[in-house]
Amino acid sequence: MAPPLRHLLAIEGMYPPQIAALLDLAESFVLLNRTGKTPRDRLRGHTLINLFFEDSTRTRTSFELAGKRLGADVINMSVATSSVNKGETLLDTASTLNAMNCDLLVIRHGASGAPALLARKVDAAVINAGDGTHEHPTQALLDALTIRRRLGRLEGLTVAICGDVLHSRVARSNIHLLSAMGSRVRLVGPPTLVPPEAARLGADVFHDMAAGLAGVDVVMMLRLQQERMARSLVPSAREYFRFWGLDEAKLKYAAPHALVMHPGPMNRGVEIASSVADDPVRSVIREQVEMGVAVRMAVLDTLSQSGANG
Amino acid sequence: MTDLLLTNVRLLDPASGLDQTGDLLVRDGKIADLGAGLGRPDGAETVDGGGAVLCPGLVDMRVEVGEPGGEWRETVASAAVAAAAGGITAVAALPDSRPAIDDPALVRLLRARGEETGSLTVLPYGALTRGCRGEEMAELGLLREAGAVAFTDGARAIGSARLMRLALTYARGFGAKIVQHPEEPTLAEGGAATEGELATRLGLPGIPAEAEAILIGRDIRLARLTGGAVHFAHVSTAAALGLIRMAKDEGLAVTCDTAPPYFDLNETAIGDWRTFAKLSPPLRADADRQAVAAALLDGTIDAVASDHQPRDVDDKRLPFAQAATGGAGLATLLGVTLAQVHGASLPLIRAIELLTVAPARLLGVAAGTLAKGAPADLCLFDPDRIWQVHAGSLPGRAQNTPFDGRALEGKVLGTWKAGRRVFGG
Repeated sequence: MAPPLRHLLAIEGMYPPQIAALLDLAESFVLLNRTGKTPRDRLRGHTLINLFFEDSTRTRTSFELAGKRLGADVINMSVATSSVNKGETLLDTASTLNAMNCDLLVIRHGASGAPALLARKVDAAVINAGDGTHEHPTQALLDALTIRRRLGRLEGLTVAICGDVLHSRVARSNIHLLSAMGSRVRLVGPPTLVPPEAARLGADVFHDMAAGLAGVDVVMMLRLQQERMARSLVPSAREYFRFWGLDEAKLKYAAPHALVMHPGPMNRGVEIASSVADDPVRSVIREQVEMGVAVRMAVLDTLSQSGANG
Repeated sequence: MTDLLLTNVRLLDPASGLDQTGDLLVRDGKIADLGAGLGRPDGAETVDGGGAVLCPGLVDMRVEVGEPGGEWRETVASAAVAAAAGGITAVAALPDSRPAIDDPALVRLLRARGEETGSLTVLPYGALTRGCRGEEMAELGLLREAGAVAFTDGARAIGSARLMRLALTYARGFGAKIVQHPEEPTLAEGGAATEGELATRLGLPGIPAEAEAILIGRDIRLARLTGGAVHFAHVSTAAALGLIRMAKDEGLAVTCDTAPPYFDLNETAIGDWRTFAKLSPPLRADADRQAVAAALLDGTIDAVASDHQPRDVDDKRLPFAQAATGGAGLATLLGVTLAQVHGASLPLIRAIELLTVAPARLLGVAAGTLAKGAPADLCLFDPDRIWQVHAGSLPGRAQNTPFDGRALEGKVLGTWKAGRRVFGG
């Protein structure tokens, strides 16, 4: 039997039964969320702190809602990073939080490894809500739940993750989770954004959308930051859209039942065409947001049971 | 179009190794048949080659065509006249024009300008960076789709290692080469001649010959790191050729060309302040010239290009250090290359390979062969006929030849583009 989770810092290293248990629990919360009958006593008396060193309305709100639906006391802390030495601030923050007897700590930080550093210094269960270009575990869990509910399974599926893999924590978490659960992962994008080393993570690398999307069950698009063009990793938005943007013509390469996913926020006309993003049959982008709350409830519930303060 | 039968010619096709006396039949602009003793179809026009060599039209992979923005020096039309006289039926056009060829529409424009001449295929290079300024990568994918054959900043070296790395990586996704002007820019800045005794005597600011090997060494390492394909233009030093030879032995996607001045002339050509011999890279010491000639033979050099750079009197009639670099080269490309056949040990078929199928393959175009069904782009030349180069009476507009006064053995007698005669007769 897999050991109980103490923190959720990364998908890499998790056991498939741990992942499956979280997905099963999240599944049960989906129905409760829809009927409004969530167990508000589950986390009564628990303190959840959202500690966001990077702006993120979407993820922070999702965690806040998840905590409140389980009855936790939720506090949001936004921390400016521009003027301070990050390492020092992080450790100072850790000792402050310890003094507050926080139970669950959700952290987003621009530096890879920051949640792991914090986890060694605080008593609370730490949940990584995205660290640098490392991992974003709850995103991968919500993506997996969305796929599993739509296609009935994860095992044996082929999933194409397309775009800026190099800078994507979403891609890394998804590669680990999908591979662990028996899916075949493809990475598709320009060679400047999909390095050959990515194949070492257990995925197949493609630079051409026609080949990369051929027959896949899921097309997962990644956000392209404007900064990539300023740094000459990609010459222009119009070129990116022409070769790697998901439009109806490129989607035809995928299997007829293929799902279209995006972690948001989208750059319409850069990595995805509106006609595809808003396709009521193929696009599950809004459903991903709904699954996000259920998955985060499952994570909070699980960690509150196994945590030191549980 | 009536059939055309070229009789009594020495058929020379490096792509297939063909070297035999015979005839060649052109039908509908394509090569219909070739070999010994072809019958003459009814109504066919006949040209007696008189035993001269018939080879594929030359493919010149490095030409400045003057357009857009330099029309007073050269136009596609005037370059086509010079090219036809030189037996050249296709040229790769450098993109550092004004504006630079950094937009797909400009690639299409240059291609169309070539088609308008009826005698010359223009294969545009795409700009590697916007405006060829060496800062932001241009839209390589869209340029490639529009027909750009490879990417380069023309006469400007890509100095930033980071940019070169990204370009090699990104272009790999489109199967495209990066063509580098191999001269470390901070060492070359302000220089007018190769650093050494002659430059010292003349009091000219020097460029160390090592500037070439330094950039080539760096780019070979970047090619290894990225898996990208790099092509070095007008290579001119023994040290650089040594590095390229090693890279090829290792199996890296590294290729190079040179231009006739670098195996036919040495730095003494600039004596007496001859600005027509001011080139970029500058002419080298004779030991380097000999190394370039040897590399034509041993295969280190993949192709010979004219490196045609039209300049007018206002560019060249200046004190040497202030004069523009660049030499006209279309009309003399074949003759000067043949000097390596007559005066050295280069086999004729290898010389023609360097001028036809080899550059065509580097550019990824189906040209430069005498295959049945291929477009009848042909060059008929007498390898022994002697003529003298005169700046002032060269075909086309550009007259700035570094070979002024040079006697050459080997003259083009006729050039055909898609079966239509565009020079001679």
